[in-house]
Amino acid sequence: MSIDIQMPALSPTMEEGTLTKWLVKEGDSVKSGDMLAEIETDKATMEVEAIDEGVVGKILVAEGTQNVAVGTVILQLLEDGEGLDVLSAPIEAPTPDATPKPAPVSSVSSTPEPEQSTASVQSVPTEIEVPAGTAMVETSIRDALRDAMAEEMRRDERVFIMGEEVAEYQGAYKVTRELLQEFGEGRVIDTPITEHGFAGIGVGAAMGGLRPIVEFMTWNFAMQAIDHIINSAAKTLYMSGGQMRCPIVFRGPNGAASRVGAQHSHDYSSWYANVPGLKVVAPYDAADAKGLLKSAIRDPNPVVFLEHEMMYGEIMDVPDMDDYLVPIGKALVRRVGSDVTITAHSRMVGRALEAADILADEGISAEVIDLRTIRPLDSDAIIKSVKKTNRIVCAEEGWGQSGIGAEIATRVMEQAFDYLDAPPARVFQKDVPLPYAGNLEALSLPNAQDVVAAAKGVCYAN
Amino acid sequence: MAAKSQKPPKPQTNKKELLHLYREMLLIRRFEEKAGQLYGMGLIAGFCHLYIGQEAVVTGVNAAIKEGDQMITSYRDHGHMLALGMSASGVMAELTGRSGGYSKGKGGSMHMFSVEKNFYGGHGIVGAQVPIGAGLGLANKYLNNGKISTVFFGDGAANQGQVYEALNMAQLWKLPTLFIIENNQYAMGTSISRSTAQKDLYKRGLSFGVEGVQVDGMDVLAVRDATKKAAAHARSGKGPMILEMMTYRYRGHSMSDPAKYRTREEVSEIREEHDPIDMVKNRLLKEKWADLDALKAIDKDIKAIVAEAVEFAKTSPEPDPSELYTDVLLEVGT
Ligand SMILES: Cc1ncc(C[n+]2csc(CCOP(=O)(O)OP(=O)(O)O)c2C)c(N)n1
Ligand SMILES: [Mg+2]
Repeated sequence: MSIDIQMPALSPTMEEGTLTKWLVKEGDSVKSGDMLAEIETDKATMEVEAIDEGVVGKILVAEGTQNVAVGTVILQLLEDGEGLDVLSAPIEAPTPDATPKPAPVSSVSSTPEPEQSTASVQSVPTEIEVPAGTAMVETSIRDALRDAMAEEMRRDERVFIMGEEVAEYQGAYKVTRELLQEFGEGRVIDTPITEHGFAGIGVGAAMGGLRPIVEFMTWNFAMQAIDHIINSAAKTLYMSGGQMRCPIVFRGPNGAASRVGAQHSHDYSSWYANVPGLKVVAPYDAADAKGLLKSAIRDPNPVVFLEHEMMYGEIMDVPDMDDYLVPIGKALVRRVGSDVTITAHSRMVGRALEAADILADEGISAEVIDLRTIRPLDSDAIIKSVKKTNRIVCAEEGWGQSGIGAEIATRVMEQAFDYLDAPPARVFQKDVPLPYAGNLEALSLPNAQDVVAAAKGVCYAN
Repeated sequence: MAAKSQKPPKPQTNKKELLHLYREMLLIRRFEEKAGQLYGMGLIAGFCHLYIGQEAVVTGVNAAIKEGDQMITSYRDHGHMLALGMSASGVMAELTGRSGGYSKGKGGSMHMFSVEKNFYGGHGIVGAQVPIGAGLGLANKYLNNGKISTVFFGDGAANQGQVYEALNMAQLWKLPTLFIIENNQYAMGTSISRSTAQKDLYKRGLSFGVEGVQVDGMDVLAVRDATKKAAAHARSGKGPMILEMMTYRYRGHSMSDPAKYRTREEVSEIREEHDPIDMVKNRLLKEKWADLDALKAIDKDIKAIVAEAVEFAKTSPEPDPSELYTDVLLEVGT
């Protein structure tokens, strides 16, 4: 019997890849461990290894083929002693365009519904100063973050980055790609796996006059370092009577990725939001990722910058400007509406916009506020919106108790109680550690339908 | 104190033992190869760290400790569970996130446990298992139960501060714990020389008075012998020891690692010259304790066990949605 070798998934999120090169040819004998082919994904180039012994029978996908879907049979391996004749009829190798494409990235849903709000959206004063006629460049969030760091490193020699795998490996999620090449190992520094130690060293360097960017491979690992983030970075200005500054950015991916289990899937928004002396930023789109990170690097305070791993690959518009800055502390109305306000940050903004589309079909006009900064929280923007819509749904990916939604709901009740037509509603992750199993994970995390249900609830439209 | 082990000429063994060690290591190898394949097919998700190349470490340690002694390790944990006799089906079904897995599908590749087999996980945070392992030692001493704990961690983890806090307390309180460093030369893409000022990791306990030895971790019998000595030391109340096992991982750090930080030649050199399984196989043949047919028969057995595990892992149902809310807290009084 011949063995079908399929296009493997090389990462949790890979759906297709390019078969760049065959390392074997038909007729070659291979044993387990031999390299068969090179495959390229959006993140990396990798090799496919043989796990069985045999002779290379038919190669079914030619090298150079792009968009080969995971699971496509790329090669048939003959077990010892078999001839080519045992091969089943050659399976048709999918042509690139026949291969199903993954769903388009959600930049579509981040655009307000045209017929409903094009005009009104423009009438909303956004704080971003983008001169008319500025060109937009399609950029992945990953590259937008990289560009922000590179620009600030060019601008200010005191800015440097350190963390695990940021230099030679080009970043565990490739966010620091090519920084080592441009800035050298003095300013792009690989650390050992010592979060507590290098966070402390970063804080010391900031106190000593530098402007460190400390990357955590993920925020889950920053729990090793949280003492320095809070006790050393956040509190020092106050304890020194305003003398001792700590201008530092702690950044990395936050929240649930995909099927990586409870210890790697924690949303820390509300943890850091609790701490005076910190600024906490959580961008949704690529333009904000860039503009807010640049602002964070220039900020004289310690900034916790929460990214989302599942969004690094999303491609969105970024204004083509020399120095694009988005102010910290300002929320953004992403969609104008009149019946209910929905607040969200990071990836949840996309879910909220999706929900707003669904609600629009059912005759409910939702206003979506992207918080962008969690601390200081832009209460004014939220209160103003609630005074108009009289209803609010606070959506977040993390847990509910003492969460961002709990805080917003409280502020709304304190400052706009008389305007409310319904008690504030919250949408959040189920109150359990995140499970690994695919079905349970999906049940745990809030989605657009949860936001729709909550919005209908406060509109008494169920 | 700390001294490189003088490699004894040829460790003693016998037919029965060596055949057993061969089987154990082969089971780990074949299981991991299959796991890699299932990952490629999308049946396993998230992170999946294979133990291929390091089989002699846990197999040799397991051959030297006693039933009831505890083990705890990092996310690279499949081999440890198989060595302890946890079922291949239960481990594989956890990898596929099914209800028949050791954590009912709620833990995944990095998080499995077995009270019955004294396996304390499966930990995702680099270095965190080290003080926990010392804590198991504290419990042993407190309960005076005669057990020792073994805690496995990587060369990368050896740079975490909590490792040293644990070593200090373990020596101060003479805890019966073996600190076993699986030095596979790399922490993700960072080679040991790029992360570590003093590369002899077995010396890392010196300033606390913790003895350490360096061991050829590709030689299952050398691992067994070094562990036997260290276990006797710990069990007799003299406190912890460090065993630095020199080993190598053949695959990437996890499934999504392109492994561009080392050459293909470096990997194949070790595979060809120092493979832990080939080493045992050659000795079995040389001593005439097995012929090629006998080894083929073992291979067939192992393949059948793994095939059965795969079948179970594919057919075991997903956890029931109601499982989402179970196991968060216990009722008081239970
Ligand atoms: C505290 C923490 N930091 C970073 C990571 C990400 N990470 C996972 S494994 C790993 C490398 C560990 O290398 P090593 O200790 O040598 O063990 P090996 O993987 O070689 O078995 C890193 C950096 C993590 N899981 N936890
Ligand atoms: Mg290592």
